[in-house]
Amino acid sequence: MKLDELRAALAGHEWLAEAEVRVKADPAALPSLFARADRKLGRDEVVPGWTAGQAGRALLLKDQDQEQIRQLYDHGDAAEKLAILKALPLLDTEREGAGVPLLLDALRTNDTRLVAAALGPYAEHLDAATWRQGVIKVVFMGVPLAAVADLDERADAELATMLRSLADERAAAGRDMSADAIALLNRWEA
Amino acid sequence: MRIFDPHIHMTSRTTDDYAAMAAHGVKAVVEPAFWLGQPRTNPGSFADYFDSLIGWEPFRAAQYGIKHHATIALNPKEANDPRCRGVLDLMPRYLDKDGVVAVGEIGYDAMTPVEDEVFAAQLAMAVEFELPALVHTPHRDKAAGTKRTLDVVKESGIEPGHVLVDHLNEVTVGIVKDSGCWMGFSIYPDTKMSPPRMVDILKEHGLERMLVNSAADWGKSDPLLTVATAEAMLAAGFTTDDVDLVLWQNPVAFYAQSGKLDLAESATEATFEGSSILRGGS
Repeated sequence: MKLDELRAALAGHEWLAEAEVRVKADPAALPSLFARADRKLGRDEVVPGWTAGQAGRALLLKDQDQEQIRQLYDHGDAAEKLAILKALPLLDTEREGAGVPLLLDALRTNDTRLVAAALGPYAEHLDAATWRQGVIKVVFMGVPLAAVADLDERADAELATMLRSLADERAAAGRDMSADAIALLNRWEA
Repeated sequence: MRIFDPHIHMTSRTTDDYAAMAAHGVKAVVEPAFWLGQPRTNPGSFADYFDSLIGWEPFRAAQYGIKHHATIALNPKEANDPRCRGVLDLMPRYLDKDGVVAVGEIGYDAMTPVEDEVFAAQLAMAVEFELPALVHTPHRDKAAGTKRTLDVVKESGIEPGHVLVDHLNEVTVGIVKDSGCWMGFSIYPDTKMSPPRMVDILKEHGLERMLVNSAADWGKSDPLLTVATAEAMLAAGFTTDDVDLVLWQNPVAFYAQSGKLDLAESATEATFEGSSILRGGS
C-alpha cells in the first residue's frame, strides 16, 4: 500500500482536501481534525484493509514530524492509534524505524486490534525477541496469524519452541491452540 | 427487550456484569467520567482514566456485543482540589473524540464557589463543542441543589433540550420537567430510587424526556436494575412500546444530539471475537 493509492481511493472527499489545507496553514489544527476524520470520512472500507477514516488519517500524517505523530498517538483513542500504526510503513519520516516505540506501546495493550496492527509490515523494525513475543501474544489472544506480516520468512526455531510450549500447555489443560498456529508449528516440526 | 443504560460506570464492574447485562438485553451504555472511591491528586490520573473510557472500556464492552460511549468532565467533588484544576485544560482534546457523546458528569456536590465556576466553564464547553451535558444533582440538600443547578443551566445559554439532569426523585422531578431539560433517574438497591417508585413517577409525569439508569459503580449498586424497572413497568400495565421509549429511544435521542452516537455493529469486533478477555487475559 502507498499513500498515493489511499489518496486515489478518497478522491472527491472535500472534507479531507479542506483539512489538509487547514493543517498546512495552521499545524495546531491537526489534533482536532485527526480526531474527527473517522466520523467525517466514514468507516466503510475503501481499499482492502483500509476504511475511509483510516486512509484519511494516514494522509493527514504525511509531512508531519515524528514528535507530532508520537503526540497524536499518545493522545489518540483506540481508532486513532490503530490508524497511526497502520500508516507507519507508508510515512517517509518513519522509514528508519523511529516509530518502534509506538509498536511497543501497542504490544503492551490488551486490545487485539492494536496488537495485530503492531505486527503488520512495520514490525520489520522490531528486534527478534520482541517480534516473537508479539507473535505468541497474537496466538494467545486468538487473533488470526494472517495479521502477522512476513510470518513464514521470519519464523525461526526459537519461535517454534515457544509455540510448542504453548501447545503443550494448552493440551495439558484440554484446550486447543488455533489451527493456523498448529499449522505453523507443524511446518517447523515436519 | 432492548435496554440502553445511559449512565453506568463500567470501569468499576466485572466481566460477569457485562455478560449478565448482555443476556438481559442491555445493548448500549454510556459511561460518564466521575469520581472514584479514592480522590485523585493530579491531571495525569484523569488523562489515564479518560483514555480508558475511550480505549480499553469500549473494547471490553464490545466483547459482549455492547456499544460503549463516554461523557467527559471534571466532576464537582474533585474540582474542589486545586491540584486537579488542570483537568479543564485536558478536556477539549477529549470532547473531539468519536466516543465522547456529552460533557459530564458536571454539576454540584457541596455547592461551593469553585463548583459554581467549574460547572459554568464546562457548560460553556458543551455549547462550544455542540455536545449535550449530563448534570449530576447533589445527594445532600438535593432540592436546593437541583434548583440552583437549573438556574446555572439557564444562565449558561445551553438549550434545555441538550441537558440531562440526573439522580432525580419525587421531590425534584417537577421543576426539571418544567425547565425543558431531560430527566434522569438512577435506580439503586436501597437508596436513590427503586423500580416501584420509578413506575409511580412515570405514571404521574409521563414518559417524555424520561431516562432510567443503573448508575452502577464501585458502591452498592446493580447493573440489572434498568431491566428490573422495565419489568416493573410491564407489570404495572405499561406497553412494550412504552418500555422501549424510556429504556431505549429516549437515551438514544438525547445522546444522538452529539452527532457521534454510533450503534452500528463493527466488522472489526466480529473478526476478533474470542479475544484475550474471553480467554482469560494475557
